[in-house]
Amino acid sequence: MQVNNRETSDRIVVRNSSFQFKRWFKATGWRHLIGVFMAVFSAFPLVYVLSAALQPGGTLITANGLFSEVSLGSFVTLFNLPQQPYAAWYGNTLIIGVITSIGTVFLGALAAYSFSRMRFFGRRGGLLTLVLLQMFPQLLAVVAIFLLLNGISDIFPAIGLDSQVGLIMVYLGGALGVNTYLMYGFFNTIPASIDEAAKLDGAGHARIFFTIILRLVAPILAVVGLLSFIGTTNEFVIASIVLISPENQTLAVGLYQFVSQKFSTNYSVFAAGAVLAALPVMALFLWLQKYIVGGLTAGSVK
Amino acid sequence: MPTPRTGRDRTARDNSLVTQWRQSKRAGRIAEAASVGIKILLVKILLLGIVDAISVYALFVLFLKQDWVIFGLVLAVTLIVNWIYFSKNALPAKYLTPGLIFLVIFQIFVVGYSGYIAFTNYGTGHNSTRADAVASLIASAQQRVPDSVAYDITVIEQLGAYSLLVTDPDGRISVGGTDAPLREVTDAETDADGVATALPGYTSLKFSDIAANQEVIAALSVPLTDDPNEGVLRTPDGSKAYLDLSDLVYDEAARTMTNTTTNVVYAEDGTVGAFAAEDGTELRPGWKVEVGFDNFARAFGTESIRGPLINVTLWTFAFAFLSVATTFALGLFLALVFNDLRMRGRNVYRVVLILPYAFPAFLSALVWAGLLNPQFGFVNQVLFGGAEIPWLTNEWLAKFSIIFVNLWLGFPYMFLVCTGALQSIPGELQEAATVDGARPWQVFRLIKLPLLLVSVAPLLISSFAFNFNNFNLIYMLTNGGPRDVTAGVNVGATDILISMVYKVAFVGANRDYGLASAFSIIIFLLVAIVSIISFRQTKALEELN
Repeated sequence: MQVNNRETSDRIVVRNSSFQFKRWFKATGWRHLIGVFMAVFSAFPLVYVLSAALQPGGTLITANGLFSEVSLGSFVTLFNLPQQPYAAWYGNTLIIGVITSIGTVFLGALAAYSFSRMRFFGRRGGLLTLVLLQMFPQLLAVVAIFLLLNGISDIFPAIGLDSQVGLIMVYLGGALGVNTYLMYGFFNTIPASIDEAAKLDGAGHARIFFTIILRLVAPILAVVGLLSFIGTTNEFVIASIVLISPENQTLAVGLYQFVSQKFSTNYSVFAAGAVLAALPVMALFLWLQKYIVGGLTAGSVK
Repeated sequence: MPTPRTGRDRTARDNSLVTQWRQSKRAGRIAEAASVGIKILLVKILLLGIVDAISVYALFVLFLKQDWVIFGLVLAVTLIVNWIYFSKNALPAKYLTPGLIFLVIFQIFVVGYSGYIAFTNYGTGHNSTRADAVASLIASAQQRVPDSVAYDITVIEQLGAYSLLVTDPDGRISVGGTDAPLREVTDAETDADGVATALPGYTSLKFSDIAANQEVIAALSVPLTDDPNEGVLRTPDGSKAYLDLSDLVYDEAARTMTNTTTNVVYAEDGTVGAFAAEDGTELRPGWKVEVGFDNFARAFGTESIRGPLINVTLWTFAFAFLSVATTFALGLFLALVFNDLRMRGRNVYRVVLILPYAFPAFLSALVWAGLLNPQFGFVNQVLFGGAEIPWLTNEWLAKFSIIFVNLWLGFPYMFLVCTGALQSIPGELQEAATVDGARPWQVFRLIKLPLLLVSVAPLLISSFAFNFNNFNLIYMLTNGGPRDVTAGVNVGATDILISMVYKVAFVGANRDYGLASAFSIIIFLLVAIVSIISFRQTKALEELN
């Protein structure tokens, strides 16, 4: 009797556990299966670059043996290339990116403030134009931009072709547009009564803008600045035609030309450069992803 | 017990208090406004001063170049900017002007300028004005005149620029540089043979200086007179100069170039912007002229350009559409999969899944170009065991690879967007539907999807617009290749319109800015049509007020 009883209870337990697994799998287990598969798909190319970067003197073919060798040799090579001033590219990218994003935030905030707080002729038309303009990115007019800067070179060599100031000015041409619209929405959420209270206390429009409003809208300024920085870092078309001499170029232009010359043999050094280039952008992105996602859904960038 | 104050008493006392309070308040305000005002005024004057200094310099240069149209524009903009910031009204303009100036120059003007370039033959061999072309043709055909007389010279230097102090065989002394034709001087010092050796204001170069700067000095070519046909003086050694004459002689009145050795006359052809002989041979360089609709006629009329242009346009639309469709489908699917509160570790998956989005896009494309390399890449070597599958060099496989890599690049964005949209759909709707007996698929298709599409439709449109011009991916992954060898322009099977523009304008020896701009104009029109249609559909613009 007892034995019999035990057998039945065992059978029940077994049936029960397989039943639970099935239930777990049906509820969330299959989701983990997809998740793991997608995680491998997403992360593999990045792991591959990291492994390639850690192989000194590696080519494309040796990069296939993941992490078969680990050393920082390629990073040392990277900074000692005779023709490719990687450190200069890195610095240029940071400088151009930071100045452009500060300029973009500032110009965009000025415009958004006037659209949000003032009523004037052409306001609605101006906003509509800005929204429509974002459909026509600057790179469509790349030929005209090149020839315009070529013309400016004759008057002001310092801001014409092969000058980073010229490139930043071109980028600032795209400062309004989607950014203004994004900021405009956020400015509208700051109650106008705050402005009015400050006005009653005797603050002028400039004071209200710089000391009160700008502080209240700081989150959107951070998002716009960051998106502009990432966008500038990734920009290739205009940078490649404006910046000519190697020591003036950005990472996008320099690394592309470097890797396109001898694709398979330089791969390890390129990978080292790619890892270093991606680090600040990825760190910023992952750190601020919550805000960026909010900005993305509000204004749709990329 | 305090006596009740009469109404009048209170009013009088309160009034005086209020007046006092108002006065002190006003005094404070004035003081504050004055201090802030001065600071702001100083910053304003400083910034305006910088702007004005830059424009005065530009005006000066433009005045010297006699470029009156641009001179007028710069002057007008400077005056308007000064008026805006000194006037008491124009408040919105004070905030809009800085951004607008950049916007107008680098986004709006350049579009109009593209339109103009599309109607010219601007490009390699037609880079400049007619006068430049004449000078450059004559200079390129210059040769030492056989048994030319030797001129005694001294190389002199002023402010880092070299000139030649020339004593001609008749004993006349003159001075000139590369851009300054010879002019006679009388105050030069001469040696015993009557050869000029020094000129006040200039430093005469010693032999060692000449040896050190030999290349620069050998490159000096000093025109004899303003007329380029008269020839130039060049010095091979820094002590003697010889006359170089051009084989080509330019006749300003007849507007012809004559080759003096072959006696071929090249007449100016204003429609192509070059000197052309009767047999059709053209002298290069020519110059820039307006060519009307020639570039468009070439784009649509020449079979070797029209065919590729149509293919590229179709592929651009297909690529943009497929990119949006695939990334949205995968992103939505993953959002549904992970949108289950019972599931553990969702945040970990989320962070790993958005890694491709955080990685800079141009690097991703280059990394994938390595992974998919036919001979050495990881995909062929490891995943397919050494098979040489031409992922990037076969026309259709390259198209597939591009869509696939773009899926990797783009699905995290759609995943994030769809997750946000799904979470904003109220849970009661699903409960109500379930109570009414709807199956999960029905709940998704009939309730969640329509609500989701309403909020993500504008994002899908802008994603389409982005991919329509997704230059980086195409150029870095396949470089537009494999190249179409039958095409009359440098274009490949995976090129989209914008990468075609870039290649025609900037890649290779033969740059054709005119044709590239004509292609740009075509893109503008296509984008305009697409955006008109899509904005009408979504009515996104109606929210603006």
